[in-house]
Amino acid sequence: MAGSTEEMIRPGQGRGLLDVYDHRFLLKLLVRKEIKVRYRGSVLGLLWSYVKPLMQFLIYFVALGIFLNLQRGTPNYAIYLFAGIVLVNFFTESLGNATRSIVDNRDLIRKIYLPRELFPVATVWVSAAHFLPQLVVLIGACLIAGWTPTVVQLAAAILAFVLVSILATGLGLLFSAANVYFRDSENIVDMILMVVTWASPVLYVWTMVKDVMGSWYWLYQLNPMTVAVEIFHWAFWFPTLKDDQLELASMPPDLMTVWLPVAFLISIAVLFVGQLAFRRSAVHFAQEL
Amino acid sequence: MTARGHVAISCKKLRKQFVLRHTRSMKEAVVWLVKGRKGDLSKKFMALTDVSLEVKQGETVALLGLNGSGKSTLLKLISGVLQPDGGTVHTRGRVAGLIEVGAGFHHDLSGRDNVYLNGAILGMTEKQIDDMFDSIVEFSEIGEFIDTEVKFYSSGMYLRLAFSIAVHTDPEVFLIDEILAVGDEPFQRKCIAKIKELSEKGKTLFVVSHDLDLVSTVCERGILLEHGEVIMDGEVHEVVAELRSRTAA
Repeated sequence: MAGSTEEMIRPGQGRGLLDVYDHRFLLKLLVRKEIKVRYRGSVLGLLWSYVKPLMQFLIYFVALGIFLNLQRGTPNYAIYLFAGIVLVNFFTESLGNATRSIVDNRDLIRKIYLPRELFPVATVWVSAAHFLPQLVVLIGACLIAGWTPTVVQLAAAILAFVLVSILATGLGLLFSAANVYFRDSENIVDMILMVVTWASPVLYVWTMVKDVMGSWYWLYQLNPMTVAVEIFHWAFWFPTLKDDQLELASMPPDLMTVWLPVAFLISIAVLFVGQLAFRRSAVHFAQEL
Repeated sequence: MTARGHVAISCKKLRKQFVLRHTRSMKEAVVWLVKGRKGDLSKKFMALTDVSLEVKQGETVALLGLNGSGKSTLLKLISGVLQPDGGTVHTRGRVAGLIEVGAGFHHDLSGRDNVYLNGAILGMTEKQIDDMFDSIVEFSEIGEFIDTEVKFYSSGMYLRLAFSIAVHTDPEVFLIDEILAVGDEPFQRKCIAKIKELSEKGKTLFVVSHDLDLVSTVCERGILLEHGEVIMDGEVHEVVAELRSRTAA
């Protein structure tokens, strides 16, 4: 029997995110469970994933687009707005739920050994599942507005999504571990999430920031979320504009050649730090929860 | 058959200390740091002081002791949920804990979904669960209720399903914490028969229970823990007798 020849191992020694790959069947079940449970007992069910962002979009569109008249300077402002909102929603939902994931699953973590990375990673997948219907709405709106993207733009949008996933996973690992020791983390994350919508050009246009920051604009551009949102604009909003409207619109220089790689480097560094911090503290989760 | 003689679990000079933390807020921690770390932020408690033991493959061991003697802590160290502060634990082969059955259950999912979820949590692969599914349902006597949400189950049904999944996970080493008191008497007898069957198959069993009569029928060897130390290790009836005489005194 195989058991008698196997090496002795030390229990509870994880290999971090690599373990998640080995447990992908469990990951799949955890994600499916979350999706099933999210809208349990509700009549509209998954429809809520459409209704909520649409409501959010309407509020911003009426308040900013119409009352503050941002739509005058930005053609197709509705699409500009929604493209940014869906991506930021994905990020905020991932990070917010990932932060709570370890504490929420404390019953399991205290009793059974599992790679703990599964829980934050699963929440990012769940958020991706809720991102999909929003993406469908966005693409529908783009098509109505005469969307003609190039292959490069579509590939860039996928890269931007991957970028946000990496960033959310990294920060999620970091804050979910911190949340075990200090429940303050939840509030810190709530604050970060509040800032995120405004710290990237979701509601306004990047040139407004450049006018104010001048030669310090690169600081703003270091935020991976800013890069991701700009790429979404380039992929979804730009191709809906007509020739005369394109004069009003512009993308930050070197977006794909410099800023996308930089954003990836930053996000991967965040993921690395998050994983490191998570692994160091994960061995104590069971007794600290 | 598993050859006897190989070590399945080896604990060397295990020490585990718990921190009974008073504070859970960053504010207090910062204040404590600013004040020059005066006073102790936390109180410590030794759960295991110096535990060394070896369990061979195929052995059935009962871990005995009063409340607070460190039995559950030891099981958690072996399962990997906790990490020791000193000493080492080594295990061979897959270890599965029947520790508080149903920990991985989700009330809003059907019995079927929970079988898959819990099976995967306990380390089964998709194929293993597919193959075992009918057997799990049959053993649990849940029958047609398998597609009902678990929250509508009676507590007996709930425990039966959880136990049934756990015994079907087929690891080399079973850690069993106080779960032999499952369901009504016929089901309990069935569980005990199942556990005996596992031990005959050469599985290693490591059982924690306060039901002394029961463990002496299931296990061969007994280990008595007191205040985080092994004070006796021997034939189960002798150890049970020792524990009884200690508590009577």
